[in-house]
Amino acid sequence: MSRIAGSGRDVALMSLRRSWVPVASTLAAALLDLLPVVATTPLIPDFAYLVLIAWRLLRPEMWAAQVALPLGLANDLIAGHPIGQSMALWTLTFLALDLIDSRAGWRDYWMDWMFASIAIAFYTAAMWGIARLMGSHVDMAVLGPQLALSIVSYPLVARLVIALDRWRLSR
Amino acid sequence: MKGACVLHPLGPQPSLGRRFSKVASPSRRPGFSRKAQYGLFLGYVTAVAGVLFAVLLLAVAVIDPTGFRALKGAALDVTAPVQSGGRGIVRFFGGIGGSVSDYFMAASQNAELKRRLEASRRRLVQARVLELENRRLKALLKLGQDEPNAIAVTRIVGSSFDSPRRTAVLSAGGSSGVRPGQPVRSPEGLIGRVIETGRWASRVLLVSDGASNVPVLLARDGTPAIATGRGDGTIELKTLEVGKNPFRRGDVLVTSGVGGLYPPNVPVAVVVSVRGDQTVAKPLADPAQVDFAMVFPVYQPAAEAPLSAQTQRTLEEAGQ
Repeated sequence: MSRIAGSGRDVALMSLRRSWVPVASTLAAALLDLLPVVATTPLIPDFAYLVLIAWRLLRPEMWAAQVALPLGLANDLIAGHPIGQSMALWTLTFLALDLIDSRAGWRDYWMDWMFASIAIAFYTAAMWGIARLMGSHVDMAVLGPQLALSIVSYPLVARLVIALDRWRLSR
Repeated sequence: MKGACVLHPLGPQPSLGRRFSKVASPSRRPGFSRKAQYGLFLGYVTAVAGVLFAVLLLAVAVIDPTGFRALKGAALDVTAPVQSGGRGIVRFFGGIGGSVSDYFMAASQNAELKRRLEASRRRLVQARVLELENRRLKALLKLGQDEPNAIAVTRIVGSSFDSPRRTAVLSAGGSSGVRPGQPVRSPEGLIGRVIETGRWASRVLLVSDGASNVPVLLARDGTPAIATGRGDGTIELKTLEVGKNPFRRGDVLVTSGVGGLYPPNVPVAVVVSVRGDQTVAKPLADPAQVDFAMVFPVYQPAAEAPLSAQTQRTLEEAGQ
């Protein structure tokens, strides 16, 4: 595509790309759950959540909090979580980050990572709690490796999201 | 490298990411516009209402895990074909750890296997004798062995690898006769039981899930126990009587058939560690390694059937 939009169609394509790349990338990360990997212990991070908070922290003005509801429903259905789990947790994360953004004037890379780590810890603990309510009494220590791996892989996911964002807004 | 520094007389340049991300976050400050303020407020009302609605859905899922059956079954059907393509990848990922350690432990493993082969050869002879005797006795008693046939022989095509629950996806569903509640096993041992079905796919609760309780027997002497998953691929064994821990490392557990869900005498797990009261076992059927998963009918359908009207009435009278 040339750098200058030559027609109305080009403009429409560009604006489509601008608005749909974040949603599509989050859904693509949710679809990673379908990889035919059979693991006997929770170890692999929930990439959909990582991509979601990476977008939210990079572009706070882009998504209103209720955008997380349909995205969460999609994740619940794809991953086989109880329906409502990702819907509630993702939207709560967005509301909390909105609250943080209205208080904190600015944030840098390290603060982003810190907020992401807190969000990931909240998400993991809440999933554990819901599993417990549903009769799965599992030791919380089982989730330790997954939590650590999620926090460590957040910067990588954030890099990927920044690259996507650059492509999204390029002309 | 030094030359590069000379190019920047103001000292090292801050990295790009940091320079841009320190800009005050452009949050949705509405300013003085009434319309924008109301819009923002309405947005938050929608979000909070959405959270409440989601919590309601979640409560329904907790109270009745079989709820939204049609919706979840449809989602399973849509996503399963993607998974069926890559059975080879399952084998690859499942095998990585095993093959690396096999390579390094070859010599000691060889000696260990030779010793085990000797022992099992002796056992085999004993077992043949017992089998013969068994057959004769059963013929005497005119006892028919009615082993049920598998409803479906299928493959495991995926799992919940990023959630605290331990479930797997089978590439067979309602169209092959698979129903929720049915036990799933492989030749190696018990895998779990079906909890959700679509038309062409179904979800299995593995024996290592925290919500899975399987009544088992110690194969050595018949001590009954309950095998509860620990969520990390292992199983905890709880005996029904307090006192001395009857388990030893290497003990094999089989299903007892109590409860009527799982058929009896299916191998379940082997004990890997005994520490005081806590006994940890490893399932014999590793979902990442098994070639086939077989779905069987519920062992005694009466266990799942609703109570008869008379029983219900008696219970209600007793309750009053």
